[in-house]
Amino acid sequence: MRNSFVGSPVERREDLRFTRGRGQYVDDLSPDGLLYAVILRSSVAHGCIRSIDTAAALKIEGVHAVITAQDIPGGPPRIAMRLQPLPEFKPFEQSVIADQKVRYVGEPIAVVLASSVAIGEDALERIVVDIESLPAVSDCETSAKGDRLLFEEHGTNCPMTFTAKCGDADAAFETAAYVRREKFRTGRHYGLTMEPRGVMAEWATGRLTVSGAAKVPFFNRRILAKQMGLPETAIAMVENDVGGGFGARGEFYPEDFLIPFAARHVGRPVKWIEDRRENLMAMNHARQAAIDVEIACARDGTILGLRGHADVDMGAYMRTNGAVAARNIAQFMSGPYRIPNIKLQSSLWMTNKTPVGTYRGPGRFEADFFRERLLDLVAKDLDIDRVEFRRRNLIRASDMPYRMPTITPFESKDEIDSGDYRLSLDRCLQEFGWSDKEKLQERLIDGRYHGLAVGCFIEGGAAGPKETARLEIDPDGSVAVFIGSSAVGQGVETVFAQIAADALEIPMDRISGVHHGSTAYVSDGYGAYHSRSVVMGGSALLDATKNLHDLIRATASKRYSCAPSDIKIVEDRIIGPRGISATFADFVGLTAEGIFLNKKHTYTYGAHAAHVTVDAKIGQVEIVDYMTVVDCGRIINPMTVRGQVIGSLVQGLGGALLEDLVYDDQGQLLIGSLADYLLPTAGDFPNLRAIVTDMFPSPINPLGAKGAGEGGIISAGGIVANAVANALGTFGVEPRELPLTPQRIWEMVEAGRHPLTKASA
Amino acid sequence: MKLPAFEYACPATLAEAVALLASRDEAKALAGGQSLVPMMAFRIAAPSLLVDLRKLSDLRQITIDKSGVRLGAMVRWRDIEDDARLVAAHPLLKAAVSHVAHYQIRNRGTVGGSIAHADPAAEMPGIAVACDAEIAVVGAAGSRVISADNFFIAPLTTALAADEIITEIRLPAWPAQRCWGFREFSRRRGDFAMAAAAVFYDVDDAGTAHNAHIGAIGVGDRPVRLTAAEAEVNGKLVDVTVSERAGVAASATVDPQGDIHASGAYRKSLIGTMVERALLSAGAVKVA
Amino acid sequence: MPVSFEVNGKQVTVEVEPRMTLVDCLRHQLRLTGTHVGCEHGVCGACTILVDGEAVRACLMLAVQAEGCNVVTIEGLSNDEALTPLQASFRRHHAVQCGFCTPGMITTAHALLTEEPDCDADRVREVLSGNICRCTGYISIVEAVLDARSAYRKSQGPPEGRS
Repeated sequence: MRNSFVGSPVERREDLRFTRGRGQYVDDLSPDGLLYAVILRSSVAHGCIRSIDTAAALKIEGVHAVITAQDIPGGPPRIAMRLQPLPEFKPFEQSVIADQKVRYVGEPIAVVLASSVAIGEDALERIVVDIESLPAVSDCETSAKGDRLLFEEHGTNCPMTFTAKCGDADAAFETAAYVRREKFRTGRHYGLTMEPRGVMAEWATGRLTVSGAAKVPFFNRRILAKQMGLPETAIAMVENDVGGGFGARGEFYPEDFLIPFAARHVGRPVKWIEDRRENLMAMNHARQAAIDVEIACARDGTILGLRGHADVDMGAYMRTNGAVAARNIAQFMSGPYRIPNIKLQSSLWMTNKTPVGTYRGPGRFEADFFRERLLDLVAKDLDIDRVEFRRRNLIRASDMPYRMPTITPFESKDEIDSGDYRLSLDRCLQEFGWSDKEKLQERLIDGRYHGLAVGCFIEGGAAGPKETARLEIDPDGSVAVFIGSSAVGQGVETVFAQIAADALEIPMDRISGVHHGSTAYVSDGYGAYHSRSVVMGGSALLDATKNLHDLIRATASKRYSCAPSDIKIVEDRIIGPRGISATFADFVGLTAEGIFLNKKHTYTYGAHAAHVTVDAKIGQVEIVDYMTVVDCGRIINPMTVRGQVIGSLVQGLGGALLEDLVYDDQGQLLIGSLADYLLPTAGDFPNLRAIVTDMFPSPINPLGAKGAGEGGIISAGGIVANAVANALGTFGVEPRELPLTPQRIWEMVEAGRHPLTKASA
Repeated sequence: MKLPAFEYACPATLAEAVALLASRDEAKALAGGQSLVPMMAFRIAAPSLLVDLRKLSDLRQITIDKSGVRLGAMVRWRDIEDDARLVAAHPLLKAAVSHVAHYQIRNRGTVGGSIAHADPAAEMPGIAVACDAEIAVVGAAGSRVISADNFFIAPLTTALAADEIITEIRLPAWPAQRCWGFREFSRRRGDFAMAAAAVFYDVDDAGTAHNAHIGAIGVGDRPVRLTAAEAEVNGKLVDVTVSERAGVAASATVDPQGDIHASGAYRKSLIGTMVERALLSAGAVKVA
Repeated sequence: MPVSFEVNGKQVTVEVEPRMTLVDCLRHQLRLTGTHVGCEHGVCGACTILVDGEAVRACLMLAVQAEGCNVVTIEGLSNDEALTPLQASFRRHHAVQCGFCTPGMITTAHALLTEEPDCDADRVREVLSGNICRCTGYISIVEAVLDARSAYRKSQGPPEGRS
């Protein structure tokens, strides 16, 4: 029997518990003797801690302890970087708790342990912290001046500048017939998850059990073990249900040390659940960048080169994956377009703000906004149709594998694996109805201006270096799957059951369960980031299947005294010589691991097209139609992939129009609640369409799959801005900054109406 | 974001409620809790005693008679939505309330709570001012009636004494032929208004407008009537030109503060557009 | 102080501080962890429950205010044997990803469909705009709720749950 669960829109197993409220998230766990941790966070953006007086707090009934840096023997450890850990970043790593200085509003200063969260918060109000304020660095410009340093002994606020290079950009610009230079900015926002973060730690007889793990539990265990002076084998990271990740949850944060430390310090289980006020100032921020960029073209519209410099607002410390977005801005500016000469720099600037990490499509959302805006401006200048201009410059299928610009200092040799970008663009335009809608551009109908936009993207996925999976035969002959990949809501329990069932050629209901993330399940794992779970975990599963079959054959050959080659495995039946017939249930307990090693990335790609209308008098934008076409190679579950695309697109629209983490010039975060941090709601973007295709499997993994969680978000900023520019052409509106708020649109329209008054944006 | 500690009382009568409020510094009345509880969650408010009004069923009535519409202070948004009489009895109230918050909030939030909270960007205080409402209150010193115009003093600040409870909001009678409009612009549906206009006027047999009331929400410390804009409407046939001129006058009169969602200049322009559009829609035929 | 109310068909009496919210009481004292906490300031809707048949934000109610009320949580809208028509519709339409907003969405949708089984897409969006989802982008959730209308129209009342 050949299965075909892979490729089918199988309904998710997870939903059986999620729809009934039977999920188990970390705050649903409450062991006996639990103490609650509440964190005192700095309300000063930059300063020196003179004293912390906890006496009054300790007097409150129900307060058990207050932990500060002084209580950590040997001083508070620092958090090492996980991705791209260059030595240049080391001086900028974050200590697990503020030690002498605070560098952002929200930085942990003390941990209160109390018998209830409410009492813990009462205690926070009684802790007296004396901080001598220092002038704050509130943006990249101030950071670059260099007269206000976050790390005085280091002498600079800039840990690193990445350079993306290919060809000879300077030469290309010298001879190009056409050059245009522009500045753009993206606003600070983040991968807010509906479930805030949480950590629960239990310490007993020299063993530490940490719940609330997500994304990269194995790596985090490694960090924690070093910090606590424990062998990794003494720590178990338990991943339960996780309420969203998006790149932000699951990296190693200060609390990931503080809570386990507290549990060991007081000898009782400790649980910390982040509240939303904290989450806004403590979960990794993202996306804030500015670029000064120029493009060179031939008269016929062939793009010859890109040159420029981006400045990325990093916040106060280098987080575990803090460098990724900045690096990606440089490498992904060209995206799916063939640009032979590139010199792009991306400088990281430390500021007194919440530190920055990855958020879905890190650096790519920013780069695509910068690039797609530039392309529309150039098309207008050269009087070439915007669609044609893009089509002409897309990387061709025959160019694959296509070498991406090299990033210094990594000297990476990344190659785009496969795809036909024009096919997806054409499909998108056709489904969208571009030729019918074209005539609406710039028209004023019933008080609203109509605009269109189109854009193309690539998303990188499937980071290596490896992933592990394990299969085990249950007492009833069904098979349990254990994977190092993590679940963050993307449906791994179903998707991996599909892959396993197909690989083993057994019914899906004979996969008893998919156990993910926790360190107890496999010998080593890497987790869920960079859209890697299906490619890496799924491929490891195929290897595990092969190894399980080999193990069954070897066991059977001993049991039945024959050669392994005499054993045939057909679905869950084991057939030997002399009429021997057995089933998996006769081989209970056999378990085999598989791994998949990968140094190359996969590149999902596609196109977006949108139709917007704008009320120019108030700056209100409505998305009338939005079509996304994504080719992600082999589709495991078309239903979950479409869900990822739509979900990620709405996040992108949030970043393009609504979400903004606003700071004042003292480094005070002015966004304190969800009344100010505006998330998309059900009424905001009802007219979205997505088509997922599987035209070009990836050649670099046995599944042929590509990572597919991030394509929806990447194009949204550029598309919305271009569509609004198209709609408001009458007023000469050219957005150069996100989010594109009603006020910003109104200001640009007003400047267009009254050109003699001060223009903005 | 757990609440700070407080004492709690749930009196059975209005007199008890007033006495409890008077008994303590920093005692506060609790109606729907949709505005007060979040403030306590952020520890911006920390009352020593909460006096829960939920047993005061007399405050839940909507009375409609010749004098107009009387909303008991504990009437919820949902009750206004569900009351079909209000379609004719006060369509402007109905229209404004349809913009308030979200489904779950509307099942708990009350008109009295909203009025007492006095957020300058909230719809109900705006309606109260635009419609010359009267706020009936009861306190330790007895009962009194405060005009809406005198009730709202500053953001989150009203003329209520510490021991006073709102019992009723009284809206004057609404003539059947009245023209009205409500226009609001918020970042997302259900958010507080960046600016909103609540307008009405009456017409004589020639179609000329008089008694124009143009209320502005979200453009000052409190909701206000824009008399300069009203002057553009009174005595005229309300057409496109008159609406536009009224909008211009509205913009010129206000001097709003900016915040992270909207600058003063933008709000200034926005209220003009809201007034203009509300007037334009007022001229259109309304289906009851 | 003690407070007594009905939860999912059962009478309970719990001892609470006045400052304890109803959602914390349900989750931690009654161990009904299906209702989730996403913001604690009345915006996200993850804490939606039914009180006397109406959808409310449990984070904005004090436990003491539930005295004498009839409270229904997601557990009371579910049963062991099978998914309810609304739950099955969520599953069929892939209206669930991380699951954190899901109990609030389902409870709100159940309240809406019980009162308005003929609601249209605009009404569904309007009502659900008080429930934030970060994963799905809402399109599949709206589809799921619309598809469940027939189950609410058929029966005399809401489809079987424990309440």
